[in-house]
Formats: sequence, structure tokens, C-alpha cells
Amino acid sequence: MKSCLIVDDSKVIRKVARHILETMNFEVHEACDGQEALNSCLENKHDVILLDWNMPIMSGMDFLKKYRLSENNNDAKVIFCTTENGIGHIQAAISAGADEYVMKPFDRTTLESKLQIVGCS
Amino acid sequence: MNIHSSAKSFEILSNLLEERTGQTLSPERHWRIQTSLQPIMREHSIPDIDTLVSVILSNANRGLETDCLEAILNNESCFFRDQASFALLTGPVLDAIRQNKEKEKRLRIWCSACSFGQEAVSMAIALSENFQKWNGWNIEILGSDVSNQAINRAKKGLYSQFEVQRGLPIGLLVKYFNQVDQDWQVDQKIMNMIQYRNYNLVSDNKFVGKFDLILCRNMLMYLSEDNRLKAFQNIEKALNPNAYLMMGSAETVASYSSKLEPCQDYRGFYKRNLT
Repeated sequence: MKSCLIVDDSKVIRKVARHILETMNFEVHEACDGQEALNSCLENKHDVILLDWNMPIMSGMDFLKKYRLSENNNDAKVIFCTTENGIGHIQAAISAGADEYVMKPFDRTTLESKLQIVGCS
Repeated sequence: MNIHSSAKSFEILSNLLEERTGQTLSPERHWRIQTSLQPIMREHSIPDIDTLVSVILSNANRGLETDCLEAILNNESCFFRDQASFALLTGPVLDAIRQNKEKEKRLRIWCSACSFGQEAVSMAIALSENFQKWNGWNIEILGSDVSNQAINRAKKGLYSQFEVQRGLPIGLLVKYFNQVDQDWQVDQKIMNMIQYRNYNLVSDNKFVGKFDLILCRNMLMYLSEDNRLKAFQNIEKALNPNAYLMMGSAETVASYSSKLEPCQDYRGFYKRNLT
């Protein structure tokens, strides 16, 4: 069973994403911000991380930069999932090491498609 | 709503669809008519299917008939649809075609049921991504569809946020599209590789040329036996010897053609034999 970490400060988004991922047979973990996500990555090895951009305490971008610089366990596929839909944000995310990018709002088909693209479907 | 008269109306619309496009809609899929015509009925303040069919049959509004049939057609598509098959296509299948045509350095591809153009754009992007292999080649991609509205949309090369998130890797979106407000415009260099035209694979007899690869995915399944045979005859005529046909993974040539042989290693692909 593949593991996915959902990082989002919105409980609703986490619930919707969890529902989709569980029906795809993922083991799902949740974090409310970048710092919680970093802690989760120290304790668990995730195959894919679904990452919001704007969050309190630590943003998705700050998390991604720190995560990719981690000495171990830093190679999960990272899919940004955010309302920041401008080309500048997308390019910045790719430069920081994101593998894919979902522009909110999203639906099940979009998420399935992105998971397939990163080889985690 | 009178169930019996509605059933008759569905049948009339199904027959009109087959007459104009060659596509059939079995009674089990009549729900599709109801669902797809709701926006048109709302727009014209038409209360139900029976009234809609009455208006169409009275010839009071010729545009309405076309709009209804266009709405019923299935234009579902996405970029790089069926990733595994597309990887076969852009890998070993195109490699084989390149070897066959090495002297001529001319590649012609026909996306014969291209809907809004995602498949043709995906082909053009895939070839551009392998620019080194195709350097110096004359490449033409034809995108055709029975739906005029779909072709008009394809020609614009403008896709919504939802559409570009279906099958298209983000790196290719950034590389080959420009953001226009909430939508995404295909780069002109990609658009220049593609010609779009309205074409009915069943009834159009106009010769569109010979091709090295024809993609016809998830369309033939909507045709009756007779119309499927006509479509295959058109496809056969348009394939060069040793050229390839790519079908949907659930589709088969079966007994419709003796000139197309299944590729044993590549599911969904058929090769035009030399006879």
C-alpha cells in the first residue's frame, strides 16, 4: 500500500483528498502546515505528498525547500495543490523540486491524472 | 412526461444522430440525450424532449437540430490519453515509422476523431520533445472530427484549467502553453504543426491523403456494424503500406479489415500490410 501525506490547513480539503486517496487504496497521513509535514516525514516514508502553498507556521514552499535538502527520506513525489494558479508560482514550485502541480479547484479525475503522471496511481 | 411518446422522441433523435454523423446511441444510453440536451432546452425555454423534437421536426429552427446533435456527440478527451499506450506510440511505434521513412523524411499523422484537439496537440508536443530525432523532417498532423463545433474549438487551441490538468504533465504545460486569464493557450509553434478540418469518417469520400499513422480511439465503438465497416474502409485507404493504426485499448479491428494486422507487442496498434 502506498503512503500519501496530505498537507493543508483546510480540514475540508484534507477530508476530500483523504476520501479520494483512500478509495485509491492509499494509506493517508495528514498535516496542517509545513512544520507538521516535516515532522511526519521524519517518522514515516511517504510515496507522495499533496502540498498546499499558503499555510500558517510554515508554507508549502518553505516545507518543500527544507524537505528536498533533508539528508534522508527526501524523495517522495511532491504535488503542489493550491489556489496559486499563476505561471510564476508554477515555475517557482518546479524549480524548488515539485513533481506536479494541481490548480484548485480540483476533482477526482484531476488528482488521479496527476498521481498517474508521477507514477503513484 | 408521457413515457411512451418520450421513448419515440429519443428514437427520432437517435436516428437523426446516425443519419448525420454515423454514430448510434443504444436505448440503454438514451439518458445521455436527456442530460446533454438540458442546457439547450433551458436556453430555448423548451419544457421537455417531446416538445424539442416537435420543434426540430417542424423545421422551425434548423440551427436547433445541429446544436442538439452536436451536444449529444461525446467529446470526452484529454491530453496524452491512456499514458501506457501513448508511451508505446511515442516510443517504439514512432521509432519504427522513422526507420521506414528515413529516406523520405516525411511524417504524416491523422488524429481522426480529435474532438477539441487534445490528442493532436499531445502528438505535436511529443514530437517536439524529441526534436533531435525528427530534425530535418517534414511533419504534418491532421486533426479531424465529425463535430464542427469541436473543430472550431480545437482551432483556437485554448483550454480551460480543468482540461490542461487532465493528462498533461506540468512541465509540458509551462513549456508549450501560455496563460490567458484562467485559460491556457497552446504555443503557436505547436499549433503550426496541426491542420484541423471537419470530417465524417463514415460518409466523407474526400481523400485526405496517405498517412504513416492514424489514431482512431474510442470512436468506432459508437458506430453501427455497417458504418464501422465504412470507417475502416476509409482508414485503410488513407494508410501507407507499413503504416500504423492506433485504436482505443478496448477496441479491435476484428473482422472489419483484412489489411490491418494486430501488432503482437503493442496492444491497440495495427499495421497496414503490403497487400
